[in-house]
Amino acid sequence: MEHYNMNLTLKVWRQRNSKEKGKFETYKVENISSEMSFLEMFDVLNERLILEGKEPIAFDHDCREGICGSCAMYINGKPHGPWKANTVCQLHMRAFKDSDTIVVEPWRAKAFPVIKDLVVDRSAFDRIIQSGGFVSVNTGNAVDANAVAVEKENADKAFAAAACIGCGACVAACKNSSAMLFLSAKVSHLALLPQGNPERKTRVVAMLNQMDKEGFGACTFTNACEATCPKEISVMNIARLNQEYFVASFTADK
Amino acid sequence: MLDAKIPEGKLDDKWTDYKGHCKLVNPANKRKLEIIVVGTGLAGASAAASLGELGYKVKAFCFQDSPRRAHSIAAQGGINAAKNYQNDGDSVFRLFYDTIKGGDYRSREGNVRRLAEVSVSIIDQCVAQGVPFAREYGGLLSNRSFGGTQVQRTFYAAGQTGQQLLIGAYQALERQVALGNVKMYSRHEMLDVVVIDKKARGIICRNLITGELERFFGHAVLLCTGGYGNVFYLSTNAMGCNVTAAWKAHKKGAYFGNPCFTQIHPTCIPVSGDYQSKLTLMSESLRNDGRIWVPKKQGDNRSPNEIPEEERDYYLERRYPAFGNLVPRDVASRAAKERCDAGYGVGSSKQAVYLDYAAAIERYGKIESNKHNIKNSSPEEIKRMGDEVVKEKYGNLFDMYEKITGENPYMVPMRIYPAVHYTMGGLWVDYELQTTIPGLYALGECNFSDHGANRLGASALMQGLADGYFVIPYTIGNYLADEIRTKDILTTHSAFEEAEKNVAERLQTLMNIKGTETVESLHKRLGKIMWDKCGMARNTDGLKQAIEEIRALKKEFWSNVKIPGSIDEFNPELDKAGRVADFIELGELMCIDALERNESCGGHFREEYQTEDGEALRDDNNFMYVSAWKYTSEAQWELNKEVLQYDVVHPSQRSYK
Repeated sequence: MEHYNMNLTLKVWRQRNSKEKGKFETYKVENISSEMSFLEMFDVLNERLILEGKEPIAFDHDCREGICGSCAMYINGKPHGPWKANTVCQLHMRAFKDSDTIVVEPWRAKAFPVIKDLVVDRSAFDRIIQSGGFVSVNTGNAVDANAVAVEKENADKAFAAAACIGCGACVAACKNSSAMLFLSAKVSHLALLPQGNPERKTRVVAMLNQMDKEGFGACTFTNACEATCPKEISVMNIARLNQEYFVASFTADK
Repeated sequence: MLDAKIPEGKLDDKWTDYKGHCKLVNPANKRKLEIIVVGTGLAGASAAASLGELGYKVKAFCFQDSPRRAHSIAAQGGINAAKNYQNDGDSVFRLFYDTIKGGDYRSREGNVRRLAEVSVSIIDQCVAQGVPFAREYGGLLSNRSFGGTQVQRTFYAAGQTGQQLLIGAYQALERQVALGNVKMYSRHEMLDVVVIDKKARGIICRNLITGELERFFGHAVLLCTGGYGNVFYLSTNAMGCNVTAAWKAHKKGAYFGNPCFTQIHPTCIPVSGDYQSKLTLMSESLRNDGRIWVPKKQGDNRSPNEIPEEERDYYLERRYPAFGNLVPRDVASRAAKERCDAGYGVGSSKQAVYLDYAAAIERYGKIESNKHNIKNSSPEEIKRMGDEVVKEKYGNLFDMYEKITGENPYMVPMRIYPAVHYTMGGLWVDYELQTTIPGLYALGECNFSDHGANRLGASALMQGLADGYFVIPYTIGNYLADEIRTKDILTTHSAFEEAEKNVAERLQTLMNIKGTETVESLHKRLGKIMWDKCGMARNTDGLKQAIEEIRALKKEFWSNVKIPGSIDEFNPELDKAGRVADFIELGELMCIDALERNESCGGHFREEYQTEDGEALRDDNNFMYVSAWKYTSEAQWELNKEVLQYDVVHPSQRSYK
């Protein structure tokens, strides 16, 4: 891989806390290696800011291998930046060229209030899972793991849906800030498996209600969520969710 | 004397007998008892969920924004269980035996036997929760091989097994949160254990959003806070992984077991530059199908595809014909280091070896071709079909490799090099997972218990979940049964006041230093000392130097660290400073421990103690014990020994040839 260095201009959203107003600050960074990850470029900038006696940029990050779902920011208007099926931590600087200007912002959604700079509060996702994103099985209840055969195709589809990392990019990409892709990934994951079957009807209804309560918007099928999802969760899951909801609402005992 | 409280009786019956005789707490009393769980990875989430289900009042804490982000999520390859679904000769005994041998005979027979026994229940539980393990066309579960074993007992979900298991445990945990049995505190970091009348009774936490210190009471405290690989700065751990909770407990009286036992994982993406913040693992499962090699000629600069078959040295297959590329991690790592040190390394840094998939792609391509009854497939068609199979098995790993390096591993062999991955050492615990502080428990990677001097692949997930789902629910009852008369202690108690005051003072001291060096740069320097002198190979002189250097670094840290911002706000640099300060102290203890252990075993390789062909040379007469260090005063420790007794397995020179 050809290696090169570059000088860049960054416009980064700075906001002290959830109460104060934020604004963009401009920073120049020099001699950035194309082999660095985007967050390592931030590390370099932050080290410099600290030594200059300034506040470093706060951002969520942890595993830096694209699986924990912590990192979350728009880069030039796109959640997680320009690469397809990618998280910010896995974005590398070879995606940019010398003298580029890069604009970085936190997720913008009513249900994800800013905590500081690029850090937002995504606890709404936890509450959606609490409302029904599980199988009610206590430890010790289980039968032998091979007692129930699961059609491979369904198992694979369930796995593909369960690959969701809960980062919130789908919400950030959606013009309505809908959490439908996140929700549908969980509903599909569990509905496709026999173990999730007994609670299918109650789960989908409870989770949708919770989504509304958290202030996420409605889904208007623009597919922006699928296009931005780092784990390529399919919008087919939303179709499945709607079907699940339809069945649940027409067969419920009132 | 340290009492590991291993039950009497035959090895196979110990756990059954224990469960049959341990004390129980009735449901009404469980509702009155509070349990604090710190950390929500596999061990913590499974423990908090299971204890909540039993009816205890649980409070769970994590420093991340959600329990689902704990670093267990990054585990790739799989989880072992003695199911013998493949009919290939597996059994509880085999798993037990492989684990003891893989650990180079430095773990407890009783604990490991229990681990192997409950492994089968873990898979059942996870499937019931909806964990989407890989399946065969018949609808039943699939298995694959892992290092250090000759059976296929590893259950997996592509290269995201840890993620799927954690999401299962996380969902169980969130269900208990919804039911009100567990109260969850995210973005909270534990900064001290509160000990009252010699028992653990609570914790002091910092709310990482507001910076406020908060006090929490519990009848018992569980630390499930993972390992300390980040003491090396560069490791496969997440950026936030730290030793702080365990270290605070250590300083309050919990012994630290085998601190020098660290695992260097053989297959990681090599370091590419000084700015590097972490290393990325390429799952051990890749060694199933991939072949590891270096050129036979030193300093060969040809691209790998130009080096013909006969000029390649498949050194693992050459040195260890019985296990080949599937030798345990410590063996594979040292072999890679040996080749690179001898001048056969590849890539620009020459600190890498090849992991090659060409043969596997061809083999799978041919199988597919036969399956679809296609005669005379062209090499291109075979390659395409082979690529498809490899993509299904390891696709996410290959993608990750390409994103990081910019090279396509379907076309060019991957370059890999060993990196710090896991710590077998940790808080010393007895058979009940209790530390030397009554009421304080350690689960998962946080404790030292089951892996001896080297952990086998796919066993960390097994141990974390075993501890949380199937061990602690029994053993904690044995302690809490005597606590049902203990009324809740108010957090205005003087012990809470004092603990909080100490934490606050330390934070203030850190902020007041106002020096000129960043936390990150000091951490990097610590990491270099540890990697160079207490890493893959260690010797007396190096370790002595390391201790001096760490002491000097500690002085520098406490006189010259620069932390921006203030205490009463969201301040990740302050969080990191506290963690690095603890890592520095731990680093010293690791070197002291490595120096004291005058033998090589598993991942602990002392250059003075090796066989003629460079294998680890144990000294069972003098070192068959667990080193449990007691903190006595500032940088002073006292060694306690728990002698290991082998009744069933006969320790021998480990051979994978």
